[in-house]
Amino acid sequence: MGWRAVFKKEIRLYFASPVAYVVFSFFLLISGWFFSQIFLFYSDASMRSFMQPQFAQNLSVTENVMRPLFTNLSVVLLFFIPMLTMRLFAEEKKSGTIELLLTYPVRDGEVLLGKYLAALALFALLLALTLVYPGLVSAFTRVEWGPVLTGYLGLLLTGATFLAVGVLVSSLTENQIVAGFGAFGVLLAFWIVGWGAEWASGNLRAVLQYVSIPEHIDGFSRGIIDTRDLVYYVSAIALALFLTLRSLESKRWRG
Amino acid sequence: MIQVDGLTKRYGPVTAIEQVSFGVDPGRIVGFLGPNGAGKSTTMKILSCFMPATSGVARVAGYDVFSQSLEVRRRIGYLPENAPLYPDLPVRAYLDFVAEAKGVARGARRARVAEVVERCFIGDMEHRLVGKLSKGYRQRVGLAQALLGDPEVLILDEPTIGLDPRQIAEIRALIKSLAGQHTVILSTHILPEVSMVCDGVVIINRGRIVAQGTEDELVAQVFPTARVELRVRGPADDVAGALRGVHGVIDVAPLAARDGGVGFLVESSRDRDVRGELVRLVTARGWSLIELHQVGMSLEEVFIRVVAGEEAEGAAPEAPEAGGAPAESA
Repeated sequence: MGWRAVFKKEIRLYFASPVAYVVFSFFLLISGWFFSQIFLFYSDASMRSFMQPQFAQNLSVTENVMRPLFTNLSVVLLFFIPMLTMRLFAEEKKSGTIELLLTYPVRDGEVLLGKYLAALALFALLLALTLVYPGLVSAFTRVEWGPVLTGYLGLLLTGATFLAVGVLVSSLTENQIVAGFGAFGVLLAFWIVGWGAEWASGNLRAVLQYVSIPEHIDGFSRGIIDTRDLVYYVSAIALALFLTLRSLESKRWRG
Repeated sequence: MIQVDGLTKRYGPVTAIEQVSFGVDPGRIVGFLGPNGAGKSTTMKILSCFMPATSGVARVAGYDVFSQSLEVRRRIGYLPENAPLYPDLPVRAYLDFVAEAKGVARGARRARVAEVVERCFIGDMEHRLVGKLSKGYRQRVGLAQALLGDPEVLILDEPTIGLDPRQIAEIRALIKSLAGQHTVILSTHILPEVSMVCDGVVIINRGRIVAQGTEDELVAQVFPTARVELRVRGPADDVAGALRGVHGVIDVAPLAARDGGVGFLVESSRDRDVRGELVRLVTARGWSLIELHQVGMSLEEVFIRVVAGEEAEGAAPEAPEAGGAPAESA
């Protein structure tokens, strides 16, 4: 199958160039820092709850360690995901390799699938490495694994959406910097658009709230899988990939 | 095998090619010849399904490049200009990827890759990164990926560019060996390459096809008469008169005097070689022959004549001789 060839090539290229190593190192460094700060704060609060037992009832690991960690990681993804996707199409266009890639007997959809799944696999691996943090917590105290898993599902869906948007922007330009910043800009816009809901009312308020990304992350980190959130992510991914496919195909008919 | 009919491509207001039509029979090697920017690469990009034409039809192996692109792409090997490859992959890994993308069966991949590696003389570079290769090796890796999958049709855009003379000879021999089982269309602006490698020639200039056929056909078409340049020490008028008397001679035009002799351009009908008779005539009359050679028979002359003729036509009507060979100012 054609998509497997593209998938394997992209994975190889991620690790053949410094991209994967740089993104992995810094993501783990930053997320590790967040985790250690959150965990130190939590252990400090647990100490104090010995003195003042009324605090103790609020000290859930899910609420005070994992939830803030997931929120912070989703913000970090906002910066890191565009760096994973920016090269996918822009680099091939710039170097001309797209001319060969698109003249192999591989459908455009398979090219897109191979590239998207490669980026997604890389991201899933990155996310899997952060499982060390809940693992560490479980060495000291009891962890509720249900909300941890839904939290990871939320991060995975958020990342998959970011990746789809990144791939779309990369397919529109041959400049990697434009692809990276463009994707970041779009994602940031969808991140902050929800703030406008504070001052809006009626339908506008509902729409602004619905399209805002953070609105949909929170439920997962509290252990709730809401179909509205699932629909939001899946439809965003589908739309971005569909538009990417159109932008690829337009090469074949645009005169 | 390749059939192009009325192909036109416009980039906005710029017309890259206009009403290009030609055909290539199965198993033949055709050279696509033209100055830089004539539209060679544009035509090849359309044939390889990378880019659509504005109008016109192109068929490869019986399939339309626009509506049956996937079928065409299964049957072609394409080497774009400057061989764009992934610099971060080792040669072997790159070729493995191409083999898989072209749908070479898993079990056959290793053998097929080894085969093209050997054919293109890149065995000693297999584990190097593509980006670290010299231009010549990169070009050969590009050719190797085009050959993978054993495509019926090969579209090669300037395959010998950037190679050293020995490599050029090797690659030409390789391309020549493809004739018969493969149909090849290759672009170049190196004229002798076409004579050496190709069965047929298509000359394109400023987006239009100006001549096509085999090399002999083109020469006969552009130069309907055989021409001989000759220098003699003797009285100019007598010599000219005597030359005109030779059977088969159509016209005799004087050339500038040089080396103490008078020069003439003798035109004769193509089917009669008058050189022997000219020599005998000159010596019989007691004049001395300084120089005698045939002119204007190579593809190079054809190309210059055809392309320069076009340019003069389009550029300046009051200077019809611009760019023409000065020798024939008759």
